[in-house]
Amino acid sequence: MTVASSRSAPSRSRRKLVNVVMLTLTGVSAFLVVIPLLLIFYHLLSAGAGALNLDFFTQLPAPVGETGGGMANAILGTFLLVFYAGVMGIPIGVGAGVYLAEASRSPMANTVRFVADVMNGIPSIVTGIFVWAWVVLAMGRFSLLAGSIALAVMLIPMVTRTTEEIVRLVPKELKEGGVALGLTRWRTTLGIVLPAARSGILTGILVALARIAGETAPLLFTAFGNPFWETRLNEPISALPLLIYQYAISPYDDWHRQAWAASLVLIGLVLMVSLAARFLIKNPYRQG
Amino acid sequence: MTRTRDTLPGTVTPTGGIGEGRPRTPASTRREGSRREGGEGGSRGSDPGPALRSSAFSFWYGKNQALHGIDLEVAKRRVTALIGPSGCGKSTFLRSINRMNDLIPETRHEGDITLDGESLYTGDRDVVELRKRVGMVFQKSNPFPKSIYDNVAYGPKVNRLATSRSDMDALVERSLRQAALWDEVKDRLDRSALGLSGGQQQRLCIARALAVSPEVILMDEPASALDPIATQKIEELIYELKEDYTILIVTHNMQQAARVSDFTAFFYMGKLIEVGRTEDIFTNPREEQTEAYITGRFG
Repeated sequence: MTVASSRSAPSRSRRKLVNVVMLTLTGVSAFLVVIPLLLIFYHLLSAGAGALNLDFFTQLPAPVGETGGGMANAILGTFLLVFYAGVMGIPIGVGAGVYLAEASRSPMANTVRFVADVMNGIPSIVTGIFVWAWVVLAMGRFSLLAGSIALAVMLIPMVTRTTEEIVRLVPKELKEGGVALGLTRWRTTLGIVLPAARSGILTGILVALARIAGETAPLLFTAFGNPFWETRLNEPISALPLLIYQYAISPYDDWHRQAWAASLVLIGLVLMVSLAARFLIKNPYRQG
Repeated sequence: MTRTRDTLPGTVTPTGGIGEGRPRTPASTRREGSRREGGEGGSRGSDPGPALRSSAFSFWYGKNQALHGIDLEVAKRRVTALIGPSGCGKSTFLRSINRMNDLIPETRHEGDITLDGESLYTGDRDVVELRKRVGMVFQKSNPFPKSIYDNVAYGPKVNRLATSRSDMDALVERSLRQAALWDEVKDRLDRSALGLSGGQQQRLCIARALAVSPEVILMDEPASALDPIATQKIEELIYELKEDYTILIVTHNMQQAARVSDFTAFFYMGKLIEVGRTEDIFTNPREEQTEAYITGRFG
């Protein structure tokens, strides 16, 4: 006691100093996280907002040499690619995630979890090449289907892992409550555990969809791009990230402006999805 | 199988049937077990006999033995309290009766428990069927994140106990009335169950268990997280329910055990030390450990 009290005066001021220093460091780090987003927005708005007009959302790209035109087909293409990727990837991802959470310690689950983590780390360009080799070559053409498959391959491990994490968060008392009523295991999972985890799973899905919506590399050799309206699964299709890439590396100033505008639209879409996800994060145990 | 484990030198011999006035060795319990089927019931002649009988039941979590050869009979349509210090195995025993422990990996058991004479653990036993007959109420109230109505209706719906909407309405109302909750929730059946108070949630969980028409209700410290008024309601409810159901209740609250139960079983270190009529256990325990625990000298 005497030792402690004799040391307390200097150590207290030292503690306070350390506290202030650490708080400042973490505060600055937190601020630095926000800076890039703010800069991106500022830059996109200043460079791209000028090229945004109604035509941009309703017209096809103008032929080389002409000004004007829009990216309506690319916006539609991005929606279609993400939609079909979701149709293929979400059920598989959610199903696998539930399996990993329920059979968490089985050798099969450990293997699948490891593979999903590896897949989450695979560079998207590699995914694109893989789908090109297996789907595009087999079909003999670039297509919406191939692009969707490439995006789905990226989507599945993301959804799998987030679903697993969310399902694990469901209190085990809930599951026991279901089982104790004489419900079978799948009934309990489907009727009680999944509804309890619903908003979390939806959020995870939306975040994953927002991520694949902006992917360029997997689409380069799969969806390929298309200057015209296209909705068929077996035809090449345009997408916003593809057009951004194509326009940005072009030598035309007008195309550069449109690339900025397209970036703004793309990030706007992603932001909207993120906000929707944010909105969905509500406690399933809320009152009322 | 594990018979020898029970009678290690120096350990207290577990007693057999409920209501027996004299200590017996486990070996004699088993032989006498069948003879007691009709329910010779000590002073109370109306005892309906045992609903559950545990014979030399031992249980392991991995290498850790949690139960040592439990021999216990649970009287039908009576309340039996399981008491003992934390980690003594009373909850493990409770969860062995509806085989909730099956959900925990790397557990195993020896011996058997029977419900109305049928083994719970033989190979072809339908666990789902068993859990319909043996309901459970948990320490932490665990209503489903659904409406009050759906919480009660979910079990019957899945088990197809009601054929029409009106049947289901009647079943839900009856269950909620049985759980003494109807008057408090009848105007907001479609509201989330999570908006109820802790005591109401726990009674909802009891209603949910009752809705699938069980014979036995297991209660694992059902009132430990509730305030005294909510606790009193649960206790009154238990008193009412024993008219129709066999109830086992795990509790750390001595007064609660004394108030609600007809029989009390004292567990210590995974062994059943003593079992008997609650008034006998509390006023005249045979074993020193029981007395020490009840009077608060340990545990």
